[in-house]
Amino acid sequence: MSTAAPNHHHDHNHNHTHDHVCWGGGDAHSHQHRLDVENLSVSYREVLALENVTFHSECGRSIALIGPNGAGKSTLLKALAGLVPIGKGLVRWKGQRMEKSSHEIAYLPQRGDVDWQFPITVRGLVEMGRYPNLGLWKRYSQHDEEIVERALRAMELIDLQKRQISALSGGQQQRTFIARALAQEAHVLLLDEPFTGLDKPSQDTLHRLFRDLTREGRLLIASHHDLQTVPDIFDDVLLLKREQVAFGPVKEVFTPETIARAY
Amino acid sequence: MTTTFYDFLSESIARRALLACALFGFANGFMSAFVVLRKSALKMGTLSHGLLPGIALAVLLLGLSSWSALAGAIFAAMFIGLGSIFMSRTSRLDEDTTLAILYTTAFAGGLILLQHVATRQKLDEWLFGSIAGMSDTDLWIAFGTSVIAVLTLTALQRPLLIYLFEPNVAASLGVPVRLLNYTLFGIMILMLVSSLQAVGCILSVGLMVTPGATVYLWSDNPRMIFLGGGIIGCLGAVSAFFLSYPLGWGIGSTIVLVLGALFLIAYIFSPRYGILAHWNRK
Repeated sequence: MSTAAPNHHHDHNHNHTHDHVCWGGGDAHSHQHRLDVENLSVSYREVLALENVTFHSECGRSIALIGPNGAGKSTLLKALAGLVPIGKGLVRWKGQRMEKSSHEIAYLPQRGDVDWQFPITVRGLVEMGRYPNLGLWKRYSQHDEEIVERALRAMELIDLQKRQISALSGGQQQRTFIARALAQEAHVLLLDEPFTGLDKPSQDTLHRLFRDLTREGRLLIASHHDLQTVPDIFDDVLLLKREQVAFGPVKEVFTPETIARAY
Repeated sequence: MTTTFYDFLSESIARRALLACALFGFANGFMSAFVVLRKSALKMGTLSHGLLPGIALAVLLLGLSSWSALAGAIFAAMFIGLGSIFMSRTSRLDEDTTLAILYTTAFAGGLILLQHVATRQKLDEWLFGSIAGMSDTDLWIAFGTSVIAVLTLTALQRPLLIYLFEPNVAASLGVPVRLLNYTLFGIMILMLVSSLQAVGCILSVGLMVTPGATVYLWSDNPRMIFLGGGIIGCLGAVSAFFLSYPLGWGIGSTIVLVLGALFLIAYIFSPRYGILAHWNRK
């Protein structure tokens, strides 16, 4: 079985005819692919859930969202995905203000929030990622097929593709979700607690795949519980406690003092 | 006995009833898969009861016709559905609680209203259905609503599946979640109202949940579950029609009983999700 998706680092003629495709490309296009979050605040029914979040990032990096329960990690992910209305501030993707959900931004819910008994196969779930391209009527084409195939291969799910999602392990479930995001041709992956509840081998696999994904030029933003593994897995860290405590490269920002301020 | 049954079948009332059974069975069964996957069976139960006062009120104000019943039922469903949401948002009670209070209160009011406008027999028809009493117009309305429901659900299958799986994922993929939810809700009400006549407001929930649940225990393929729900619903209703005459049972109750029996078979014997298979694996 092949391991990760082909590495396109050498591909300098990265073709942008499908300018929505983010397979490979390395750092070549990361500068256009910026995510800017400015002074973001989110309220649920007039209760402020999150405020003063400001950070800038770009494709090719991974960000850990760190903070105690109820700090607003999930809320931030949902706001970036366009799932909850933004109160104040704004989110810009590639310099454009985000008004609604975009296929370039994929949202991956917490595994515990999903009904894994739902009657669908791994492949069926990954095919859902083609919806933004297909809409209601368009026929599922060879092109769609190839992208789904590629996503399955990248997440090492080819052998499991016909399996019901109820029969997957935690790590396999998470990989299926990521494959769905890849099939969606997403540049930004917003993951809610992807490492929670995984055994050590699955965590290691996911860690390795995370690295492949960022190397290919994707931006990963994941809420994360395990403080110890943050420096290993992530480039940057955003500490939250209802408001932004700190943001920056893990090496600079992830210090005992800032962590203490968040918890 | 057989000759009298053939005589009975040659009557237009009987043929209409048979046709209605096939129609309602298929359309409700098809939709039941969505109800089961949406996990909203309980909500359907409360709604079906809540339709009664709307119909009673409409009959009282506008006189008895299929159209007034339909309008009253839609009004009642909206009132109870939206009212429960509003009340839960403006108090500390959750939506299930406000829904339970609203629908039982409305149902009680509807019963009293119907006792005044209708005879005992008429009241039973609303509660338990009267498929034999269907007119040509009723049948056409049933046909229309069934076609609308099945076609809409088929056309929307792709986004609906994503929505049923996980609404947040659906929304992030650009599925118009709110619109889809209202559409699904609207179709459910439409089907409820039209099948009210066949099986009545108490039994209609069975028609709208059981076939889908039965196939859900057999198959893992969503498309199969929708189609299978329709087929089980149709076969169940039609065979119940033929059973009910010689046995002298009410058609509505027989339909729901047959569907329940089919479900029990699946629950016990389904090779993958049946209780026997489950025990064997242990």
